[in-house]
Amino acid sequence: MAAGILVSMTRIDKKPRNNGEGAAGIAVSVRGLVKHFGDTKALDGVDLDVREGTVLGVLGPNGAGKTTLVRCLSTLLVPDAGTAVVAGYDVVRQPRQLRRTIGLTGQYASVDEKLSGRENLYMIGRLLDLSRKEARSRADELLERFSLTDAGKRLAATYSGGMRRRLDLAASMIGHPAVLYLDEPTTGLDPRTRNEVWDEVRRMVAEGATVLLTTQYMEEAEQLASELTVIDRGRVIANGEVDELKARVGGRTLQIRPTDPEQLGAMARAVTEAGLDGVSGTQVVPDEGVLNVPILSDEQLTAVVGLLGSRGYGIAHIGTHLPSLDEVFLAITGQKTADSQDATRKTEEVAA
Amino acid sequence: MSATTTVNAPAQQAPSPPRAAVGSDDARIGLRANLRHIGALARRNMLQIKADPESMFDAVLMPIIFVLLFVYVFGGAMFGDGNRGQYVNYLVPGLMAMMGLNIAMAVGTGVNDDFKKGVMDRFRTMPIARSSVLIAKMVVEVGRMLVATTILLIMGFILGLSVSTSVFGLLGAIGLSLVFGASLMWIFILLGLTMKTVQAVQGVAMLVLMPLQFGSSIFAKPTTMPGWLQSFTDYNPLSNLADAARGLITGGPVAHSALMTLAWSAGITLVTAPLAVAKFRKRT
Ligand SMILES: Nc1ncnc2c1ncn2[C@@H]1O[C@H](COP(=O)(O)OP(=O)(O)O)[C@@H](O)[C@H]1O
Ligand SMILES: [Mg+2]
Repeated sequence: MAAGILVSMTRIDKKPRNNGEGAAGIAVSVRGLVKHFGDTKALDGVDLDVREGTVLGVLGPNGAGKTTLVRCLSTLLVPDAGTAVVAGYDVVRQPRQLRRTIGLTGQYASVDEKLSGRENLYMIGRLLDLSRKEARSRADELLERFSLTDAGKRLAATYSGGMRRRLDLAASMIGHPAVLYLDEPTTGLDPRTRNEVWDEVRRMVAEGATVLLTTQYMEEAEQLASELTVIDRGRVIANGEVDELKARVGGRTLQIRPTDPEQLGAMARAVTEAGLDGVSGTQVVPDEGVLNVPILSDEQLTAVVGLLGSRGYGIAHIGTHLPSLDEVFLAITGQKTADSQDATRKTEEVAA
Repeated sequence: MSATTTVNAPAQQAPSPPRAAVGSDDARIGLRANLRHIGALARRNMLQIKADPESMFDAVLMPIIFVLLFVYVFGGAMFGDGNRGQYVNYLVPGLMAMMGLNIAMAVGTGVNDDFKKGVMDRFRTMPIARSSVLIAKMVVEVGRMLVATTILLIMGFILGLSVSTSVFGLLGAIGLSLVFGASLMWIFILLGLTMKTVQAVQGVAMLVLMPLQFGSSIFAKPTTMPGWLQSFTDYNPLSNLADAARGLITGGPVAHSALMTLAWSAGITLVTAPLAVAKFRKRT
């Protein structure tokens, strides 16, 4: 990938993104948010905006500060510096008003396991000042909507991870929050359940909610978010529209599994030496027995596969996937995420 | 590919973001709303007991075991073999003080455990007074104290407890022990919110409880104890409560010990309740 593309990558933009528009269209506005825990700079000057009725994806590896950000924005933590205004309310100065307009689905399930699903929702309805009757019907309505009606009477402790997450989402929806925070809503879920959660999030947005969603997966951000803020070690390292970012990061990764794993190295060399236009950064992953080739277009896919075929290498399987978080980081910062550096070193040792 | 992304009004923009379901713009939480919240949270605490009936063992079994154990092990030694009945009359009102203490201790461990759970985060992000979570817990725990006290009295009656005053005396004794027990709960809630683990809470609680329980007039008459210990028992609120309950049930002076009990209750609550609520607010 041309270095020039990387250089023009959006760095932290100091200016609010909606300069000309006033605050009307902005549901969440964060400026210079700082939160330290002792020496750990969990948030080190974060700026971001979420437009009303849209989903902002906050993408970052473990320990990037995502949960800390969400906790600051939902009055669970008081930031050390900076400002955050949500639905017109200052998170530090107007926490009570703010709590009326937000919903939170934390990274760790925040339902009461010793209550049934229905009782959980009923309780929250009552805490939100619904009448008994309203609370009951809202609970039933949401159980239905999240396909939990049959499980409604069972204790939440007996729920699967996916059911608990759905109950959690339902609980966050009871008060029709204007702004919803979802902290890694699908981490640890199987693909089917993950799709269900995604569908629900889309539906909430269709109904007018503004969502701030944190995730470690580029794919999740791509599925749900219109804009993306990438954070690492408490700092914003890039932001922009998802498509734009994806394009800059390199679009897709072509994954090739040779019939003979012994040929991996030779195949990688062949691709690299051929110098196909726009194809660079070919990687061998010996553990998985595959070759990863970042590509920008279908033409490049055809070219790479064609090249390998013409050289007589046998290919057992090919597939493309969106760039992983690591690849996004590599593209943006020229560095691996702290997490994966160890892993990579190991991979290289094996390869050597 | 500009450095700043321009914002275009999204095509599917919602007409206006939905507001929170109900509730006025006023940020304050009114008394009626507060009571409703406490009710909903107390219901939660009761449903937790329903889901885990074993958590009632302490309230149900403790009074039975204590009465049997003390009456049959110590009764003879205290009042002579033939006079166990007399010891029942001495012991049971004293044990009322003990029930409150033990249930209050369970509150500390319960709070420590409960407040680590994710659902507390949800409560903290909701428009409710944060104290309502604690108060609801107390309401249910006072109910548990009432259960324990009732079972204690039933056991007492089976073993020959006789009320020589009146029903009002008996009710007064129950009321007094609940008031005192409720004030103790604040101490243990504070402890539960401060300590890191359930085990730590239990450790500290036992350290404080043992001397308070046995260095009191609950089990034995202070007149049989050495002078220095007597001074301790005189100021021990558990003695005050035990003496007051005795007076209210089996007759005798009440005023001093009852007033001392109320004073202790008020003092403990005034000091620890605000600290506990503040601790709950800050805990992250
Ligand atoms: N309560 C806390 N006390 C001390 N350090 C914390 C606390 N919460 C988070 N951290 C630290 O702050 C950093 C950011 O954490 P977090 O916001 O949970 O990241 P993420 O959610 O992106 O994984 C991490 O290094 C984490 O260890
Ligand atoms: Mg997190």
